[in-house]
Amino acid sequence: MSAPPPVAMLAELTHRCPLSCPYCSNPLELTARAAELSTEEWADAFRQAADLGVLQLHLSGGEPASRRDLEAITAAAAEAGLYTNLITSGVGLTEARLRALDAAGLDHVQLSVQGVDAVSADAIGGYRGGFERKMRVAGWVAEIGFPLTLNAVMHRRNLDRLEETVELALGLGARRLEVACVQFHGWAAANRAALMPTLAQARAAKALVDAKRKDLLGRLVIDFVPPDYHAEFPKACMGGWGSTGINLAPDGRVLPCHAAETIPGLRFESIRDRPLAAIWADGPAFEAFRGTDWMQEPCTSCERRGRDFGGCRCQAAALAGDPAATDPVCSKSPLRPKVDAMIAEAPDDDAPLVHRTPPASA
Amino acid sequence: MSLGAEARPALPRGVRVAEDRVRGGWVLLAPERALRLDDVGRAVLGEIDGASSLGEIAERLAARYDAPPERVLADADRFLSALRARRMLDLA
Repeated sequence: MSAPPPVAMLAELTHRCPLSCPYCSNPLELTARAAELSTEEWADAFRQAADLGVLQLHLSGGEPASRRDLEAITAAAAEAGLYTNLITSGVGLTEARLRALDAAGLDHVQLSVQGVDAVSADAIGGYRGGFERKMRVAGWVAEIGFPLTLNAVMHRRNLDRLEETVELALGLGARRLEVACVQFHGWAAANRAALMPTLAQARAAKALVDAKRKDLLGRLVIDFVPPDYHAEFPKACMGGWGSTGINLAPDGRVLPCHAAETIPGLRFESIRDRPLAAIWADGPAFEAFRGTDWMQEPCTSCERRGRDFGGCRCQAAALAGDPAATDPVCSKSPLRPKVDAMIAEAPDDDAPLVHRTPPASA
Repeated sequence: MSLGAEARPALPRGVRVAEDRVRGGWVLLAPERALRLDDVGRAVLGEIDGASSLGEIAERLAARYDAPPERVLADADRFLSALRARRMLDLA
């Protein structure tokens, strides 16, 4: 096997979620509850992942707390020797459930916030009372002693409140803050006009993050995913397709990236049909963009090809109509003017948000 | 931002040393991070108990590896300061 083993696994335990964020990273075609892997299937997947070399497991969704067996799933992951990270909106967690997760061996909690106050956050999340709920969850997390990362998804409507977001993270006792600017795939694509940051916002955010990192060194770690439309070079897709990360969809399909289903023509295998190690080693979706052989110009002759891997494959598929093309946000892409035109489009602050809608059978 | 010989380093909850049984060697696992440890890093972290001062840790390591104590102290301080800046180390 030529591919080195993956370090991290993202386990999307379910696509069910009480929130309906307009930039949800789940696929447009959500998996129904009946198709989800069972507790025992997840436990087996985690043992296979640990045997393959996975060290870090991200328990995500949808909202993972929507699985009533989350505690048993977490215990199985800890038993497999994985470092367990719960990525949650907080909705569905109670103090009793958090204490059970503590007993199950949960290592870390990543709590998402959609805004710094109830009105703005609940409008994005589409769930009244969500913000209050999150604040209570953060209190229990601190009481129990779990390390906390606050995950703030940022866009034009809240990027001007980045400083308050940092204050919120400090106030909740978070060790880490992830400032993740919306990636315009899937559900978010319909909201580009409403949520695309302005160039001035993107610059101000970067300057503020730089300053806060210096001020808060040793108190708060800030991870920053900048709005990539505004960058000179694309983001390094998955740190290299099929090189470090592996994703499991709720129904057991194994994906190289959580958004990989937006790429037409890729064939995904299921852990129900073939062992994880075999799928990782030579599954067609993993082989499709592994390494650099699949690249086209200007990537093929670019000195950055081993650093940013041609950028995001999903973005290339969406904007260039060809998943093997150079990511159009790259300044070397012939399609870069198309991206500049999207940024320059008059922002529509009154555009209604298109929220995620549940699958028919959920 | 060095720690100094008097500091008493401690690994916070959610940060632990683990064996990497597939690739071999040892890693430091922390929220959203996995750091590969070299022998020095592993030895330093192995001495951290939340009670010993960095000076005491450096003395023990210097004796065990027959190395100059001031050099061990400086190396350990640099390594641990970097972890502290990333919130992967607390001071007791």
